[in-house]
Amino acid sequence: MPAFRRLIRHPWALGILGIGIVLLLWFLIAASGTVNKLFLPSPQAVWQAGQQQWSSGLLLKDAAASIQRVFIGFALSAGLALPVGIAMGTNVVICRLLEPLMGLIRYMPAPAFIPLLIIYFGLEELPKVLLIFIGTFFFNTLMIMDAVKFVPRELVETALTLGGRGLPILTRVVAPFIAPQVLDTYRINMASAWNLVIVAELVAATEGLGKRISLAQRFLKTDEIFMGLIVIGLIGLVIDLGFRALMRRACAWAT
Amino acid sequence: MHLQIANLCKSFGYGAQRKEVLRNVSFDVNAGEFVALVGSSGSGKSTVMRLIAGLDSPSSGVVSLDGRPITGPGSDRGMVFQKYSLYPWLTAAQNVAFGMELQRRSRQEIRERTAYFLEVVGLADSARRLPRELSGGMQQRVAIARALAAEPKLLLLDEPFGALDIQIRESMQEFLYHLWQRTGLTALLITHDLEEALLLAGQVHIMAPSPGRIVRSVAVDLDRSAMGQLRLSRPFLDLREELAQCLRGLEPALPT
Repeated sequence: MPAFRRLIRHPWALGILGIGIVLLLWFLIAASGTVNKLFLPSPQAVWQAGQQQWSSGLLLKDAAASIQRVFIGFALSAGLALPVGIAMGTNVVICRLLEPLMGLIRYMPAPAFIPLLIIYFGLEELPKVLLIFIGTFFFNTLMIMDAVKFVPRELVETALTLGGRGLPILTRVVAPFIAPQVLDTYRINMASAWNLVIVAELVAATEGLGKRISLAQRFLKTDEIFMGLIVIGLIGLVIDLGFRALMRRACAWAT
Repeated sequence: MHLQIANLCKSFGYGAQRKEVLRNVSFDVNAGEFVALVGSSGSGKSTVMRLIAGLDSPSSGVVSLDGRPITGPGSDRGMVFQKYSLYPWLTAAQNVAFGMELQRRSRQEIRERTAYFLEVVGLADSARRLPRELSGGMQQRVAIARALAAEPKLLLLDEPFGALDIQIRESMQEFLYHLWQRTGLTALLITHDLEEALLLAGQVHIMAPSPGRIVRSVAVDLDRSAMGQLRLSRPFLDLREELAQCLRGLEPALPT
């Protein structure tokens, strides 16, 4: 069975097999009828719920709303974390000034800011975007700072002895060296951003994937809850794979 | 070109933690010379090199190039490190071009000089390869090409072959010697390998640790027409043994 062997050696084969086994177990348990349908809807019911929400346009609208919040919040966080992280990594004074502060705020759970954000900014988009910002900015900054601190001294000093000064050291030595770690930092913290948007929507929203789940709970529609969870997972996976592809293309030297 | 080091002293830290690293180091390097500093780790030889490169500043004493005191790093003093000598995201050719780009030379000049210096170090075929695709010896040759392409008055080599296998080391030593002969460059080599220093340098300074200082300076006048035989020749071996004894005398005796 050489064909089968080749198939099983494919890097994705076992991963797909793992997912397949869980799906199969789910199907069998649901079909056996031992678990109440209210707690465990069948895969078919979940698929139908998905199709229904797709054809009504609800699914696309919810996904778009959630994705937009994540992207705006995370773009703000990533864009600001890059200069601040580089400044902290290269300048001892800035680092000593900000690191304890950030280390403290980092350990305050971002969802605990929701009540404050609602009092300050109401129930519109701003508090949700800010929640994502608060929840990812400090991690992004500190991880970029660490990446900068690990730039080998020799690489910077070589540029100095070749006549380099000031900004070119930053753009031509530090930036390319940390690029892979920065991308990886963004990929990892993007997962938190994605978690936070759902939390924010569970609390207060008119649309979004999190909102849809909390509405479904009110009407005991577990099939819609399952569907929402799967869609959230799938979008997260696509974002993660996107970052990996970007890394392979932009930082081939480090992979 | 004249590099003058006079009464150079360097200490790190303050108060009780103060550590004297260099005491009264003096020597000169003239145009076209190949000079080596030899010593064990802790003898401050790398500190001397960093002070010449302008990457550190001395506590007291003089480091001057053509009469002007050195106040910071500059492209007139090229440097080759032992580790992380190349930018891993740039190809061999881009690495060689890197310094010339920082110097804002014209594009055509950069292209021509890059090709020329890759040829000089025998790596014209590897121009488009990334450092990780090159052997350790090839990487160091690219680093040397990059330093030379920036037209330094003085080439500083900080244990450039320290991380290489012994066989590659030997061929790299011959390569460096012939490069020096061919291009007439001025070089200062830092090494803990006495043999390497004697093979390459016309002037060898032996350094002792705690605090770092020069304990002996030798003018090496050997027939280098055949490098392979030189390693085994009587005068070379005698000189090596004599200086090795000097170096051994500097080490605290190990308990037996």
